[in-house]
Amino acid sequence: MFTLGPIAASAYYSFTDFNIFQPPTWVGLENYTALFGDDRFRTALWNTAYLTVLGVPLGLLLGLLTAMALNFPVRGQPIYRAVLYLPAIVPVVTATYVWRWLLNAQYGMINRLLELLHLPQPDWIGDPAWTKPAVLLISFWGIGTTTIIYLAALKEVPAHLYEAAEVDGANAWQRFRHVTWPLITPVTLFQLIVGIINSLQVFTQPYLLAQQRLNQASGGPENSLLTYSLYLFQNAFVHLKMGYAAAMAWILFLITVVLTALVLATSKRWVHYGSR
Amino acid sequence: MVGLDTPVTPARARAVRSYRRGPRRGSSLVYHLVLVAICAAFALPFVIMLTTALKTPDQIFSTPPRLLPTAPTLENFDIAVESMPLGRYLVNTVFLVVANVTGTLLSCPLVAYSLTKIPWRGRNPLLFVVLSTMMLPPQVTMIPVYKLWNDLGAVGTFWPLVVPPFLGTAFFIFLLRQFFAGVPDELVEAARIDGASEFRIYAQIVLPLARPALATVAIFQFMWTWTDFMLPLLYLQDPDKYTLSIGLYAFFGQHGVDWGPLMAACLMFTLPAIAIFMVAQKYFVSGISVTGLK
Repeated sequence: MFTLGPIAASAYYSFTDFNIFQPPTWVGLENYTALFGDDRFRTALWNTAYLTVLGVPLGLLLGLLTAMALNFPVRGQPIYRAVLYLPAIVPVVTATYVWRWLLNAQYGMINRLLELLHLPQPDWIGDPAWTKPAVLLISFWGIGTTTIIYLAALKEVPAHLYEAAEVDGANAWQRFRHVTWPLITPVTLFQLIVGIINSLQVFTQPYLLAQQRLNQASGGPENSLLTYSLYLFQNAFVHLKMGYAAAMAWILFLITVVLTALVLATSKRWVHYGSR
Repeated sequence: MVGLDTPVTPARARAVRSYRRGPRRGSSLVYHLVLVAICAAFALPFVIMLTTALKTPDQIFSTPPRLLPTAPTLENFDIAVESMPLGRYLVNTVFLVVANVTGTLLSCPLVAYSLTKIPWRGRNPLLFVVLSTMMLPPQVTMIPVYKLWNDLGAVGTFWPLVVPPFLGTAFFIFLLRQFFAGVPDELVEAARIDGASEFRIYAQIVLPLARPALATVAIFQFMWTWTDFMLPLLYLQDPDKYTLSIGLYAFFGQHGVDWGPLMAACLMFTLPAIAIFMVAQKYFVSGISVTGLK
């Protein structure tokens, strides 16, 4: 009940000009049409698309690979698992600041490592081309949740299927492709959807990476960190364009629903539900 | 695929025996090496956080950067504690954590119970509403809720951060509903026939059975509140009311690249979360695998 009221109110505000101090005035579809001509809105869409299109699949891949490593039949598994999962519980403020320091162009450890490997050392936080990869690095560090979910799924795969496949002469890739992968597609579908929803809403990491002294809610160098949520936040709470921001929120909801529906529609082709 | 009617040839039997003997010699070492390499990459930021916190400024800004401090010092911790009221932030954060965990534990199991075990009209539509609010971006309700608190004159107080968990959280209701669905209906029916009130059934039969699920919910709420950034950023304006997240954020805003004290503060902020994880690891893992929550 605490949710339905605000949902209705938010829908109403999105058709109004509203700055919280004066009562909202009806403007019809103006907020929505204005968004189409807004360059910063387009930048925000692009940045969010970048983070989602690259970040979600790579994150799933990394989660799966680390889960497969954790599934090796060796001793000490709980210790490895704990180390991999710990970053996921680090407060996001801490994680972002630690990475800002690690990625410091001059004194940071990452560029030092790249130097030792004779690789180029980008200005992660200052160069608009590298700020988004920096956000991705932070989120990949906290991939532990995905790893644990995949690990649980891998442990569910019956051992006799692997034995049968190996006896039939299947190599490691074939065993993965025809035994493991079909059985973990339902988990992948779930994680893909959750990943997309979360990625569309990403706020804190770009907000804190772009943070300058005494400058709130900056979009980073050339607005390269201006994600959808960050721009929405700027509009609502810095510029007090609350009606405009409410319209943005509803478009975000629409995008979420459409993408989820698309993923679900294609899922019939690649997700296998066992007869279990 | 191999079926029961697959003939057992000698080659097949050999293959089965060799498989059953387990991983080949030497591969176990490779496994460990891969795992150690992965773990080293994931642990590096922790190591840097710790070593930076123990370095003096000229060691922090040395080129090329060195991993270990030459003369470890606790100076940064002193500076961090002196330049921001960490104690104050800690008290505020702990207060919010306690309030939120209490709120969640009071509201969510009650709603989940009524959605699972009490037959009433409108139950399924309500469940649908709860589930669909999980899809809705929080940004949609953020603005009207902010206006509501603003109208009540409560922006800048703890109220906007304390009240919502008492009204239930869709994710937790869903998690507990999944758990309660597994509690046999006969148990509840039997108690009802014996004349127990609904509340008594809930408090004395269902809740005790749900203890592991409640622990999972409590721990997730703890972590959410402990690490939350956006809500405190929206609602807390008075430095006296800052949480650790916002306190660190404000510190960075004022001091910028003072990495030593910043890393020291980050470390102090992170340790309690790690401690909770160490103590309650199994609830984290079970909670994740039930719901895929973060």
